[in-house]
Amino acid sequence: MAYERNKIADLIDGTIDPDTLHKMLSTPKDEGRFETYLSILQERVPWDDRIILPLGPKLYIVQEKDTHRWVVKSEAGHVFCDYRENWKLHAMVYVRESQEALNEIYPELMAPSSGWQTIREYYCPLSGDLLDVEAPTAWYPVIHDFEPDIETFYKDWLGLEVPERADS
Amino acid sequence: MSYERIEPQSAGATIPTTGIVRGGQTLKQHRDGVLDATRNTGSYAGLTELSLRDEEPIRYNKMFSRLRAGVVDARETAKRIAASPIVEQEGELCFTLYNAAGDAIVTSTGIIIHVGTMGAAIKYMIENDWEHNPGVQDKDIFCNNDSLIGNVHPCDIHTIVPIFWEGRLVGWVGGVTHVIDTGAVGPGSMATGQIQRFGDGYSVTCRKIGANDTLFRDWLHESQRMVRTTRYWMLDERTRVAGCHMIRDMVEELIRDEGIDAYWRFCYESVEHGRRGLQNRIKAMTIPGKYRQVGFVDVPYKHEDVRVPSDFAKVDTIMHTPSEIEIRGDGTWKLDFDGSTRWGWHTYNAHQVSFTSGIWVMMTQTLIPTEMINDGAAYGTEFRLPKGTWMNPDDRRVAFSYSWHFLVSSWTALWRGLSRSYFGRGYLEEVNAGNANTSNWLQGGGFNQYDEIHAVNSFECAANGVGASAFGDGISHAAAIWNPEGDMGDMEIWELAEPLVYLGRQIKASSGGSGKYRGGSGWESLRMVWNAKDWTMFFMGNGHISSDWGLMGGFPAASGYRFAAHDTGIKELIEAGKPIPLGGDVDPGERSYEKLIPNAQVKRDKQAITTEEMFKDYDLYLNTMKGGPGFGDPLERDPAMVANDLENGHTLPRFAERIYGVVVRETDTGYQVDSKATSERRQALRKARLARAMPTREWMKQERERILKKDASTQVQQMFASSFKLSPRFLAEFKAFWDLPESWELREEELGIPHYGSHYHMDLSELPDVRTVKLVEEE
Repeated sequence: MAYERNKIADLIDGTIDPDTLHKMLSTPKDEGRFETYLSILQERVPWDDRIILPLGPKLYIVQEKDTHRWVVKSEAGHVFCDYRENWKLHAMVYVRESQEALNEIYPELMAPSSGWQTIREYYCPLSGDLLDVEAPTAWYPVIHDFEPDIETFYKDWLGLEVPERADS
Repeated sequence: MSYERIEPQSAGATIPTTGIVRGGQTLKQHRDGVLDATRNTGSYAGLTELSLRDEEPIRYNKMFSRLRAGVVDARETAKRIAASPIVEQEGELCFTLYNAAGDAIVTSTGIIIHVGTMGAAIKYMIENDWEHNPGVQDKDIFCNNDSLIGNVHPCDIHTIVPIFWEGRLVGWVGGVTHVIDTGAVGPGSMATGQIQRFGDGYSVTCRKIGANDTLFRDWLHESQRMVRTTRYWMLDERTRVAGCHMIRDMVEELIRDEGIDAYWRFCYESVEHGRRGLQNRIKAMTIPGKYRQVGFVDVPYKHEDVRVPSDFAKVDTIMHTPSEIEIRGDGTWKLDFDGSTRWGWHTYNAHQVSFTSGIWVMMTQTLIPTEMINDGAAYGTEFRLPKGTWMNPDDRRVAFSYSWHFLVSSWTALWRGLSRSYFGRGYLEEVNAGNANTSNWLQGGGFNQYDEIHAVNSFECAANGVGASAFGDGISHAAAIWNPEGDMGDMEIWELAEPLVYLGRQIKASSGGSGKYRGGSGWESLRMVWNAKDWTMFFMGNGHISSDWGLMGGFPAASGYRFAAHDTGIKELIEAGKPIPLGGDVDPGERSYEKLIPNAQVKRDKQAITTEEMFKDYDLYLNTMKGGPGFGDPLERDPAMVANDLENGHTLPRFAERIYGVVVRETDTGYQVDSKATSERRQALRKARLARAMPTREWMKQERERILKKDASTQVQQMFASSFKLSPRFLAEFKAFWDLPESWELREEELGIPHYGSHYHMDLSELPDVRTVKLVEEE
């Protein structure tokens, strides 16, 4: 079944009513969700590039309007890299490794221990929005966490036309 | 699932041609036939068409509903027979129906990880010719808790009963309960003091313990004295036997109604149905591609309060599990755990079956939330668990008592992978930042308030905080990944079961990971020892590492700590009518308990794993339960929700401004948000973030220098060295990422700590006449 557009908007806004939420969780998924979701997000972003896939509340894979390249772009408008690359390598990072830095954001005794774990905060270079947090040990490579197969997803799974892609 | 067929070991020997399975095959012939047909066709048992389901769908569904209702009914009824609050209060039991090949058809609610573990035990019996010795007859009863062949940990006791129809075997039923003690080195079902399985307690390998529906007297006499909590042990066994017999009766009734042919077809079609169902769900909910994530957990064994028998185990280590989920265009998927660390000298190792079967428990809460949980999903999944890792050990000495320590923490990473998928598709209702590391586990024993030898394992942490979603906060003090029906239990019941009085039970402030949506809060119980004798307790949690990362800007849940107090003087305080510690340890840095008991001997630190410590009446033990991880940037959180968190004790006041940038004023009517100041504060915080940050590639240059200098704690270096040795691929990827010279290496030998097991090991499969069952890719 499909949900009204405003219900999907409520879901995005965190104001979804409990009955609809329960229905969404307990019944088969609405196949048209992706297109509705994308169109709502597209209306809200401050730029004209076409959203291809949302990666987070303020992070997207988009088709650049002028070049048709597929890139990772923040809501604030920063273009990180080609969509196949790890965007975190092109972000700003702050690493909490000392006990003092870890204790800033947890009660005493409830933070991870220095020497065991670090917290890496990845920011949008334009806005300072926090886009992702990693919490590995020291030395750990920056994780390339998602490599979507967008062509198969659009074409074979959803029956949608794949947006044009210009490889840079 | 791997379809590897095990060739008969006794080739050339006389094997009876008439077996016990319906149709005349032996158990081994039957399973081989199922595996061969599956491998050859890609469909379970060669069922490319589901004739019963397609031609008689109503009948098919009616049979499913009757069987499902039957196993759930058996669980609910059997639960009431149990005396152990772990079973009766927490529902730590499960019943599953299998076909003749040992593949699950239908399962009850409860600890459904055992869909796979009991199936592994049945398959072990099949592959090792139990059919001919000790024999498998109608009305036999078997018992298993052997973690080397698939069980999670020894305290999960399986009762397995074959089901016969007209003299031929047509299936099996298994029942499992989590018992409170298995006679391990220390009391409690998930003890920490042992470092090898010989200290894990009573271990039983698919033993025939009864015939003609009657338990053998030697079994009853032996088993009851092998554990500390005899009464619970015996009543739990009656629970399992009763449930199995209820299900056997139900199956016999169904066969009488529907006919054996229809039942037999159902037994195999339902598994193929489950396999196809998973594939369809993957296509309906996810996005094809590759997802990578990682989990860690701490093993801080160097500390003086971890007393183990062997010096070579006295090291701090970190367990590590990277994972890659590959979702293919056809809806199939592979889960690869390459790069995981080696098994270790502790009780946190796991068998491949418990690792993979537990993932189904998780998937039933997200990807396959259906009643039709059976081995079809396992057949629809390729797992790769390299041999020698902690979740597929190559040594028969490894201990398993608390395998959950890292099972839970390695699975939580998978939530993040799947949630990226759900988020991308707009199924925000399915997004979950992760599950909590379910701990602390309060365990111990001695003589209880009834003057009996006793052991305890508080299952309060069956109700931890849930990870945040993309539409709202995680649920607080609500759930455990390993038991979708978990519950914290009633204090009054725990006080009957344990000589420990409650002095407090409340939400643990700031335990949920912060974020636009906060992780569900954990909670805490303050217990006072009362009416115990010769009593010990210990801690089993994670203190140094928070395994539960946040998602898309959310922060990890808080990690744990311990608080214990001895010689408290509380008796005198009560007599004098003075205040005593009550309620939660709201802000651990305040040390509010100590202010009321200034002369007490206190242990308050990050050493959240200990071994048996002596306690006496009026001593205190704080049991803290974890929160869930957060979702999204905390600066995006609705300020009103922050104020509400302050009102309800979910967040300590100083973090409102520091983490959320929300400026509040405390008034007579509660916390009031100052919107203008909040907006300014948030802008300032965003600027401050960028001021303290640097481009990732700049930071990488600094980190690379540290790696070249081998500048990291010993436990971090040991973790990498262990993973490098088991996985050349992980090493190559590490070196490529950091652009390290070809000659760079890191070996455990250079760290100056013991590394027993890194070179010499001996697998169970090397024992004579043992054929282990391999269900995953492990090369």
